[in-house]
Amino acid sequence: MTTTTAPTAGAKQRRAPAELAALAERKRHRIIGIIMVLLGFAGFALFANGVDPAITSTFGLNTGSTSLIRLGDLVVPTQTTIIVLSSLALFIGGYQVIRGFGKSTNAVLGLVILFFIASFLVWATGDKSINLAAMLKSTLLRAVPLTLGALSGVVSERSGVVNIAIEGMMLSAALTSSMVGSATKSLWIGLLAGIFTGIALAAFHAVLSIKYRVDQVISGTVINIFSVGITSFISAKFLSDFQNLNNPGIFPATPLPGLSAIPFIGPILFDGNFFLFAMFLLLVIVHVALFYTRWGLRTRSVGEHPKAADTLGINVFRTRYTAVLLSGALAGLAGAYFTLGSVGRFDEGMTAGRGFIALAAVIFGNWTPFGAFGAALIFGFADSLQSRLAILNVPIPSQFLLMAPYIATMIALAGLIGRTQAPAADGQPYTKE
Amino acid sequence: MAETLAADLVPQPKPNAAQIPLWRRIWEAVQLPALALFSAFIVGGFIIALTDLKVLAALVDTINRLNTIGYLLIAVTVIVLIAGVIISRRPEVILSRLGFAATGRQSRWFNIIAMIITILAVIGLLFAIGFGHVLVMAWQAVMHAYGALLEGSLGSPAAMIDALQSGDPQRVAQAFYPISEALVTSTPYIFAGLAVALGFRSGLFNIGVEGQLFIGAITSVFVGYSLQGLPAIIHIPLTLAAGALGGAAWGFIPGFLKARVGAHEVINTIMMNYIAFRLSEWLLNGPMKRPGSVPVSPFIEASARLPRFFMDPIRFHAGFFIALGAAIFVWWFLFKTKWGFELRTVGANPRAARYAGMNIALNIILAMCMSGALAGLAGTNEVIGVNYNLANAFSSGYGFDSIALALLGRSHPAGVVAAALLFGTLRSGATRMQNVAQIPVDIISVVQALVIAFMAAPAIIRAIYRIKESKSVETVFTRGWGSR
Repeated sequence: MTTTTAPTAGAKQRRAPAELAALAERKRHRIIGIIMVLLGFAGFALFANGVDPAITSTFGLNTGSTSLIRLGDLVVPTQTTIIVLSSLALFIGGYQVIRGFGKSTNAVLGLVILFFIASFLVWATGDKSINLAAMLKSTLLRAVPLTLGALSGVVSERSGVVNIAIEGMMLSAALTSSMVGSATKSLWIGLLAGIFTGIALAAFHAVLSIKYRVDQVISGTVINIFSVGITSFISAKFLSDFQNLNNPGIFPATPLPGLSAIPFIGPILFDGNFFLFAMFLLLVIVHVALFYTRWGLRTRSVGEHPKAADTLGINVFRTRYTAVLLSGALAGLAGAYFTLGSVGRFDEGMTAGRGFIALAAVIFGNWTPFGAFGAALIFGFADSLQSRLAILNVPIPSQFLLMAPYIATMIALAGLIGRTQAPAADGQPYTKE
Repeated sequence: MAETLAADLVPQPKPNAAQIPLWRRIWEAVQLPALALFSAFIVGGFIIALTDLKVLAALVDTINRLNTIGYLLIAVTVIVLIAGVIISRRPEVILSRLGFAATGRQSRWFNIIAMIITILAVIGLLFAIGFGHVLVMAWQAVMHAYGALLEGSLGSPAAMIDALQSGDPQRVAQAFYPISEALVTSTPYIFAGLAVALGFRSGLFNIGVEGQLFIGAITSVFVGYSLQGLPAIIHIPLTLAAGALGGAAWGFIPGFLKARVGAHEVINTIMMNYIAFRLSEWLLNGPMKRPGSVPVSPFIEASARLPRFFMDPIRFHAGFFIALGAAIFVWWFLFKTKWGFELRTVGANPRAARYAGMNIALNIILAMCMSGALAGLAGTNEVIGVNYNLANAFSSGYGFDSIALALLGRSHPAGVVAAALLFGTLRSGATRMQNVAQIPVDIISVVQALVIAFMAAPAIIRAIYRIKESKSVETVFTRGWGSR
């Protein structure tokens, strides 16, 4: 803003929209820079302050037994590490305020937040030890249902149909996959049953919201309430009396030979059961399908501007039906994870709002598969961290960490970390003229 | 000036509304909710029958004993069912083929008769095959369950008369206990339903009632136990105000975000729900915990408790009248004041409202605050009228049920009160149904979900019962979160 003439009200109004947007962008970058600086200072004030300079933090780097070599523990001096990390945050934040990182601002912000979290971990483990590898592994495992659920949301919302019913689909799929899996004594048939449950509920959602043009949020709410009701009903009516109907077992861990022997990252990334690998695979598939295939282009165009897509001869309704049914299949897979992938039986309300965290991951990840995966990892980390707080004896109530995904989503939605870009026609029923 | 312009742009009720007789208007308003409820209970009945173990066993047994003719008859039954549905769906076509000139009225009667004949034929065939006793068992199971539901919710009239004649206060209390419980359960429903309805009227979908209710309960329980030595006349209004303020604050945040940056209130209220749950979990495990092992708040002072009118087992309390008062206030506010008019205009057509010079942002925030305040009062009511303390997860889903209420009541305060009374009654009766007929209470949630579906997609109900489209204005609820 180096204008020499005093800008009048009129001049301000005549400014081109592009210029206004650039101004807003610069302002936002500056705000982010200030946030980084504040995080740096907070690191000093909260963590470096008052720590005995002599103590160290110990991080275990081994988990599982697939790794070839056992690594030694990572031992760092607590105070020095925090000071280094916080100074880096301060330096980066200062650069951001003065010059700015331009397009990579968000990535840099992520880095600074990572520094902050690392400082927190180092501080919390001061004079203690924590198994970092196990923690990262549980982060990834907790992110599996979130990622699958978020993929479900991404596919549906990209086609312009809001899906807040991920939670309900997951819950119902968890029940059916457990019951069918137990009855047929086959995990794979149970898995299929879960997927089909998701598809059936999605079909209901699709008919209501595409054919009858019901408000998609209401239609999703119907599925959520229905799922809570029917799963509790069936589980109260049958599962307590017939416990062998609720004992499907879980998919065994199948470490990838070779890859899982890589020290540190091998056991974390490549030693899991079917669902972990399905998640990685689907992540890539959905990304490629959405952004590099004709189907994906059509789906996205229907979500952005259905009328234009229709004019070009794309069948809006069929595209949306396909996307919503696919979304249901993904949500069903995510639901099956709870019974067949982790717990091994159905409990009432076992998804415990994870479908909504998945929805949050969709938004936080800006409606992209890998963005949603990143968000799911962050939320999974918060979840995994809160379960370890008691061990670390940190004076932070675990509930506050559990709040983190929700607060982060609200902040993201408020546009603080860059405008979230929802598909333009998301949530709007389409009427063919 | 501003209002006349907006009035032109906002869809108005039919100009000749006054000429249509009152009973007719009431019937038109009631028939869709009534049919939606009816259909939902029919589906619920199917679920009850199909999950009844005795029915299932008899069904499997009969199928095992079927011979070839039996299977053939089953095929015939299926064909009859499909044919009947097709015929009753398209009576105009059939009638014109038969040489009748199909008018709307004829085809409607034809439709109903064809339906009845189809159902009777299918039932007759099923009896002929040997499924008769299965049908009878299913019917009995459903009637047993719904009978228990009805008795549990309203009590039995005979017992009431008996008790009144005997004059024994203990017996009177026992006989009237179900009705009192129904009203007690209805009270938070009225508040919560009003909260959602007010949001709908302003074009906002407040899924966050559950969270606002929690926060209202927290703030009111805090005022209830921490302030001591106040007279009831001051303490009760103070707790109510605290609950309303807490809920309003929780509603303000998504409202503000929506007005300021256009963040969709559906997502934000969902997120705020979970934040509220975690917050209350922390408070009840920490700062607000009563000494002991259970995460429960201390009891509120006696001066903060709403008066009850009858002896002990009867929990009916003054909150019910406060709820009715709130309903009247919301009606007056929405339909008789300038602010209410602005809210409804913003809800019906924001563009028109903006051209008329209304402050959209302010109205959104106001609507969310009021909606939150009503939700907060629902929580307060539970604290100071029923429980006198706050336990973790006490709400049992009032916030989500209220969406069904608002839709069933067509977002009109009177409708909401009626729907709340209905659902409150069902909820309190469901417990008895669970004890007597071993039908889990959760069937009510299923019925509620179906009610929402049918109310939100009136086209389904119209197609089933062949009702002509009513000309009344359908409420448009939310707009997608892609569009800013």
